[in-house]
Amino acid sequence: MRIKKLLVLGLSVAMAMGVMTGCSTDKPAPKDEQKTETSKQEEKTEEKVEEKNEEKTEGEAEIVIPVVSKGFQHQFWQAVKMGAEQAAEELGVSITFEGPETEDQIDKQLEMLQAALAKNPQAICLAALDSKAATPYLEQADAAGIPVIGFDSGVDSPIVKTTCATDNYAAAAAAAHKMAELIGGEGKVGLVVHGQTSQSAKDRRDGFMDTMKNEYPNITVLEPQYGDGDHAKSTEAAKAIITANPDVKGIYGANEGSAAGVINAVKELNQVGKITIVGFDSGKIMIDAINSGVAAGSITQDPVGIGYKAVEAAYKAYKGEENPEFIDTGFKWFDKTNIDTPEIQAVIYE
Amino acid sequence: MANLNILVNQEKTEKKGLGNFLNGTAAQKVLAFAALIILFIFFSLASEFFLTANNVISIILATCVNGILALGVTFIIITGGIDLSLGTVMTFSSVMAAVSISNWGLPLWAGCIIAVVTGAFCGCVTGTLISKLKLPPFIATLGMMMVTKGLSLVISDAAPVYFPDKTPENPSAFVFRDIALGNGIQFGDVVIPNAVWIFLAMIVIASIILNKTKLGRYDFAIGSNEEATRLSGVNVNAWKIAIYTLGGAFVGIAGIVMASRLGSAQPALGQGYELDAIAAVVIGGTSLSGGSGTILGTVIGAFIMSTLTNGLKVMAVPQQWQTVIIGGVLIVSVLLDLMRRKQKN
Repeated sequence: MRIKKLLVLGLSVAMAMGVMTGCSTDKPAPKDEQKTETSKQEEKTEEKVEEKNEEKTEGEAEIVIPVVSKGFQHQFWQAVKMGAEQAAEELGVSITFEGPETEDQIDKQLEMLQAALAKNPQAICLAALDSKAATPYLEQADAAGIPVIGFDSGVDSPIVKTTCATDNYAAAAAAAHKMAELIGGEGKVGLVVHGQTSQSAKDRRDGFMDTMKNEYPNITVLEPQYGDGDHAKSTEAAKAIITANPDVKGIYGANEGSAAGVINAVKELNQVGKITIVGFDSGKIMIDAINSGVAAGSITQDPVGIGYKAVEAAYKAYKGEENPEFIDTGFKWFDKTNIDTPEIQAVIYE
Repeated sequence: MANLNILVNQEKTEKKGLGNFLNGTAAQKVLAFAALIILFIFFSLASEFFLTANNVISIILATCVNGILALGVTFIIITGGIDLSLGTVMTFSSVMAAVSISNWGLPLWAGCIIAVVTGAFCGCVTGTLISKLKLPPFIATLGMMMVTKGLSLVISDAAPVYFPDKTPENPSAFVFRDIALGNGIQFGDVVIPNAVWIFLAMIVIASIILNKTKLGRYDFAIGSNEEATRLSGVNVNAWKIAIYTLGGAFVGIAGIVMASRLGSAQPALGQGYELDAIAAVVIGGTSLSGGSGTILGTVIGAFIMSTLTNGLKVMAVPQQWQTVIIGGVLIVSVLLDLMRRKQKN
């Protein structure tokens, strides 16, 4: 009985908290968030943004573009945020930037999208974790005449007219070609992927697997393992691949956390040099691994460009200008030979 | 006179509770251990690579973090409480260690102490909220989970913090990564990393505290009948705070092992680990209503979780089915426990 009562009490308090936080994020949060975000940047930019905001509120209405991303604390998303802020500053608009903690929290992201819509913004940038789940909100935006720009991964909806993204399928295919070249066109290859539901994870898995299957008949691709992008879980996943397949010649990690897990696993099992690692995205762990020869190389997107182009396209859409359907933000292969060149240094991050 | 009666009654109930716990958990332990053996046999037959020295070490290594978390929360669950903040407090502790070592330049041992103190402090705060301020454990620890999740991001500036690694000039330096992954003791080709020895030490410490100290005795007493324990003159509030603090210290140690294994503190990591730890405790036969539980049971529970995860991965079972199977095992093991209890009554 006592437990039941506690549980009921617990749940009701949790619900009450949910309602309260829900309400509070609807109104005062955007400004606070914007302030804390800008305050993290250099003081100079903060002053500039605030000045601009003041001017705007005096004259015409302030242009607000909420950016709802797939994450926040990962270095990749911080780089996207940097690009988005750069564009916002140049265009004289203000943005808010938020995203859930992990790429599996589809529900959290929908709440953020809902809160963004409630601000009645001029345009929204969205990196959907699950396109289908976001459909009702997209329809809501469409009805209110708010243009939605997709970024990072394609949003599978007719409402989203423009997407700024890396062609993940093509980039993963490039990773497959590199892997095949490095292992000599034959043998077993494993892969650790960060999710089963998001479009970018699926593209990065399928682009790699399809290329291997169609173009390299002597390479066997193993069942993909998933680690949620969590370093520790990806380590276990990669270790399981190596254990079950002692003759595995190469492993591909489909994002920063997955690749870090593969690197950890190969180190922990003393397989450095025996297993070829090809990654996707950068980050300190990958950069160190390439420099020390543990990993062969990695595909990188241009996160700063993604953020910049998304906000730019959103601004254009608000102004009524035409955007192309797909804005490719590009990808690059980096390894020991080119990691120190300026073009690579500009798109990789620690 | 009345007081004396209560005392006598309380003693009786406590004895009864103790008797129950001995019979009850002994059976559950045998059951859990049998389940673990069956899992090992099953996976060995299913994959020739499962029962190799390296894979067994991998399983043990994968058990360490969850196991240490589960050891700590065993004490808390025995009081009838729960701790949902395990995962994020662990992350917070590892972030504190990383920041103090990498950003403030403190030595490794100081960083480790800071991690344990951080965990213990969070536990102390939670314990105070629950005992003195009468917050339900579910709420107090839910709040703590969010607070520490946020604090990890604040302190790390929402970026992973890396520990200094070995440099080419000094390749044999003892770095943070070596705390968990340093070659502990080597048997021929098989290297048992330090993390395993840390886990073993924590198991021994936890069972000594639970079985040989006042804290362990009061832990069971509070869980079986808190009011009676209070009436017999035990300062229940103080002991509860001590128990949550102890649980927090274990979480801090888990944080060190996790950060050491990854060579960095990842502020985004952690949430979800509390449920794995609680699942391990429950599979090990500790009742969520309090008053019973064993360290050995928890250890077996943690091994069942990691053996399942590893075995299913080695068999290349698709991820979605892995999760379904692990959830099923959790439900079945608690059902069996409940059925056995009912039969007794």
